[in-house]
Amino acid sequence: MNIEAVKAIYRFEMARARRTVFQSIVSPVISTALYFIVFGSAIGSRITEIEGISYGSFIVPGLIMLMVLTQSIANASFGIYFPKFTGTIYEILSAPISPFEIVVGYVGAAATKSLVLGLIILATAHLFVPLQILHPFWMLGFLVLTCITFSLFGFIIGIWADGFEKLQIIPLLVITPLVFLGGTFYSISMLPPFWQTVSLFNPVVYLVSGFRWSFFEMADVNVWLSLGMIGFFLTLCMATIWWIFHTGYEIKD
Amino acid sequence: MQKKNTNRSVIQIENLSKSYPPDFKALNKINLQIKHGEIFALLGPNGAGKTTLISIIYGITNPTSGRVLVNGKNIISDFRATRAIIGLVPQELTTDAFETVWDTVSFTRGLFGKSRKPSHIEKILRQLTLWDKKDDKIMTLSGGMKRRVLIAKALSHEPDILFLDEPTAGVDVELRKDMWEIVRGLQKTGVTIILTTHYIDEAEEMADRIGIINKGELILVEEKATLMKKLGKKQLALELQSTLQKVPEQLKKYQLDLVNDGNCLIYTYDTKAKHTGITALLSELSDAGIKFKDLNTSKSSLEDIFVNLVKETT
Repeated sequence: MNIEAVKAIYRFEMARARRTVFQSIVSPVISTALYFIVFGSAIGSRITEIEGISYGSFIVPGLIMLMVLTQSIANASFGIYFPKFTGTIYEILSAPISPFEIVVGYVGAAATKSLVLGLIILATAHLFVPLQILHPFWMLGFLVLTCITFSLFGFIIGIWADGFEKLQIIPLLVITPLVFLGGTFYSISMLPPFWQTVSLFNPVVYLVSGFRWSFFEMADVNVWLSLGMIGFFLTLCMATIWWIFHTGYEIKD
Repeated sequence: MQKKNTNRSVIQIENLSKSYPPDFKALNKINLQIKHGEIFALLGPNGAGKTTLISIIYGITNPTSGRVLVNGKNIISDFRATRAIIGLVPQELTTDAFETVWDTVSFTRGLFGKSRKPSHIEKILRQLTLWDKKDDKIMTLSGGMKRRVLIAKALSHEPDILFLDEPTAGVDVELRKDMWEIVRGLQKTGVTIILTTHYIDEAEEMADRIGIINKGELILVEEKATLMKKLGKKQLALELQSTLQKVPEQLKKYQLDLVNDGNCLIYTYDTKAKHTGITALLSELSDAGIKFKDLNTSKSSLEDIFVNLVKETT
């Protein structure tokens, strides 16, 4: 294992986050605060409690997931796309480093950034609404797994993209709608039966549900099913990345 | 400490081919050995396959067939060992924009598995006159300085083999000479250098051996001195005291060229020949009453040899 190389990539990516702290941390935190003000205070005050939880508190896990999902994808996809764009990818490909180590470096850094962001948003949420975390280890587990899984997914998008438009297209046209329709701001039990069934095809429902359960013991689907879905998506992303490096897809002649 | 050149091969290329669909052969069964401690110049016109060849050796391009061994180890099955000792200066100025010089050079060292060694990075930056720029962002540097940064990155992990892909393309004369000095210095420490270049004078100045590649085929590999001797021609130019209308009949056997409006006779001869014919020619010129006011000899350059060879294979 080329530990020095993994450390070099990790440090390099984290240094970029520190240079762009407004974009990486401040901007998502402000966005989340706006969601709390609009949905939690302005609209939320007119919504009755959901299974004994105030609406403002109810949306906290969903909002954290929203930010963690989108930022994991953005961080990881940009991290690997930028060297492709500038041509400095030659260094990575010619270094004595295995595909696994490359992924650990880039995805590790992207997941770390998202994890830090998720915890900052959680702390910010405390300023707006009362919060309880009934299962803190489950909460942390879901958060870490989601950060890793979606950073892997972002890494795949970064490899696949051959322009900035492609880099944005999946997060904007696929991920954002899935997150908004995945129970971020509501429980799917509030939907008519037909739409409840349709929602079960949205993988984000399982993430938000499991994460929300760790806070309030309130879930749309069984928590083990949520965990299984994250595990399945994680495996799928890892298999895709293995195939990318095995075939050299979009990175090697 | 200086290391002596040996005849040990550090790179062995065996039947290496690279094809692109539908039927373009970028490289066709290349066989080549690079000796330890030498400077090997790979010459060829645009699109000849130079960059493809070295890209395969350092792992950016997958070969279609054949194999490459570095220090006896396969570049694919034993990529960690082989890549760890190779440094590369790419043709394009591909650098980070927002990083500082120090950070980007340190990053490369880490990528190649070496722990931090600020003293080594400092030594390289000073050697390349980059020390004053160490905290500058790369995007603020000139093209020449960026080229130096690429060299610093390639040397950051103390490689035994250094690839320089068109290293002096677009750099000024001063930097070019500096780089030649650096390359010579590296060779003295035992580093093997493989150079691709368009500047034939660069190869003539620097290389121990020369390979010429055209249309994906290695058409010649030779010691530079031997090549110059074997394929080089010498010319004797005689500046005449009075103008000649044509070469006299008795001198036709020397295949002289009358140039410069009849004021200069050119005699081309083979340097390898036991008798060059110069003495006889001068004697016969005297007999024919042709007087000259000056004479000089010139040797064909590597460029002439290269152009002729490439023409022959086209």
